[in-house]
Amino acid sequence: MDGQKVFKKKEKAVVISQEQIAGQIYDMWLETELARDAHAGQFVALYPNNASTLLPRPISICEADKSGGRLRLVYRIAGKGTAEFASYESGDPVDVLGVLGSGFPIERASGRKVLLMGGGIGIPPMLQLAKELDAEKHIVLGYRDQELFLKKDLARYGKVYIATEDGSAGVQGNVMDVLRVSGLRADVIMACGPMPMLRAVKQYAEQHDIEAYISLEERMACGVGACLGCVCRTRDVDAHSHVHNARICTDGPVFDAREVDI
Amino acid sequence: MNTEVTIAGVTLKNPVMTASGTFGSGMEYCDFVDLNRLGAVVTKGVANVPWPGNPTPRVAETYGGMLNAIGLQNPGIDVFIERDIPFLKQYDTKIIVNVCGRTAEDYLEVVERLSDEPVDMLEINVSCPNVKEGAIAFGQKADCLYDITSRIKNKAKQPIIMKLSPNVTDITEMAKAAEAAGADALSMINTITGMKIDIYKRRFALANKTGGLSGPAVKPVAVRMVYQASHAVKIPVIGMGGIADAEDAIEFLLAGASAVAVGAMNFVDPYTTVEVVEGIEAYMKRFGVENVTDLIGAVSE
Repeated sequence: MDGQKVFKKKEKAVVISQEQIAGQIYDMWLETELARDAHAGQFVALYPNNASTLLPRPISICEADKSGGRLRLVYRIAGKGTAEFASYESGDPVDVLGVLGSGFPIERASGRKVLLMGGGIGIPPMLQLAKELDAEKHIVLGYRDQELFLKKDLARYGKVYIATEDGSAGVQGNVMDVLRVSGLRADVIMACGPMPMLRAVKQYAEQHDIEAYISLEERMACGVGACLGCVCRTRDVDAHSHVHNARICTDGPVFDAREVDI
Repeated sequence: MNTEVTIAGVTLKNPVMTASGTFGSGMEYCDFVDLNRLGAVVTKGVANVPWPGNPTPRVAETYGGMLNAIGLQNPGIDVFIERDIPFLKQYDTKIIVNVCGRTAEDYLEVVERLSDEPVDMLEINVSCPNVKEGAIAFGQKADCLYDITSRIKNKAKQPIIMKLSPNVTDITEMAKAAEAAGADALSMINTITGMKIDIYKRRFALANKTGGLSGPAVKPVAVRMVYQASHAVKIPVIGMGGIADAEDAIEFLLAGASAVAVGAMNFVDPYTTVEVVEGIEAYMKRFGVENVTDLIGAVSE
């Protein structure tokens, strides 16, 4: 078998541009055919070019220019690997595996009123999501301070509401405070952000009996579902693992909030 | 040019396998790797019942390697027999099932369940550092290792490979105990117990505090242990620990390994196993090596 099968491999992408858009936040466009298959909520695994930092770094897709074969990644420097990526310049090659993971279930939002909620480095995937959704979009963004990266990009696709931790812009507090202050309601929530935010989103969605899809993050090794490093607890016994664990890299990273125990 | 190796009567088309726990049951990598190219697929450890594994974080990167404390999460032998073995049977590769347990009875139950299955060999995991009971407890004392090995050997229909821990004072003592108890082969090394601390959060990088170190950082330790063990016993030794390319694999063969396995480097490049296969062939061609078995233990003393 598999005589004619084409196997997936690490791809060599090329950096088109790189720009620092906030404190530790970088905006990198890559030229890669992987863009054709990319959907909101999926991620790519980027490999540092250094034998001391071997493992791939999972980075969410911020924007996919499918016809142009370009992927936009907006990421925060979190350690040695991402610091290396931030040093890349136009023309530099970078090894990429992808696209990985399940995306946001776009069809669940079609024609409905949707809250897109992004917190911190969870904001980037909201851009591709906003582009793909055919719905009434209300975009709630939580930042640390007034460095409102990607706000302008997102404002093209829906009404944007801001929260900042230091109160320097929008509502002081977090994305949940925006809902409280504005009285904003929706049929569906799609969210990405730090775990405390996602817990609050899950709780809010359950209290108000609305659908919510949340994108989770965990330390990963393989990115393809083999190592079982990046699991999250699930409400039910998972169909693949046969225990209360799902793999964030392959069964997620986007989950129905009701189905995960976070 | 002949790349075949025979271990305990089982002939592999080449000496390259996957290391248990780094390749799922093959399914996870079948879109990246033509499994037909591999000498054998060694599956993730399977127990008699499903195991949930450890809390997260379960993995952490370290210099030139990684720590893991997955805790042998697995779906249990029933699912494994129903789903994973039939999947692997579609391919022209040997199937080696890694068996784990908390008690001797756990191991024996899995071994017995596999007795009528189309499995070529069993690899017995008595060396996982990340579960509290069983596993490594059997693999760190020679008399315990002897006992579990002989009990499994009595029950097993397939040849058994005992996977040894590097976390011992004298690997030759362990290798000899397993051989004396009837093991058909040995595999080594499992991971080396390690620890990582995040100095900014002042927390352990792994929820389990300790984890198993693997990747290129451990390779010299593994080569040394394979050398020592393969010279202490007559049964074949399968070498692994940080193999990243064919040069590393050949180093293990020269040290005395009869076959090799690629582990953590599957995560770094899913295509590593096939590159190792191709690289060994290129080396044989370049240096006029007729049989890959000519390389086994061929380092000059």
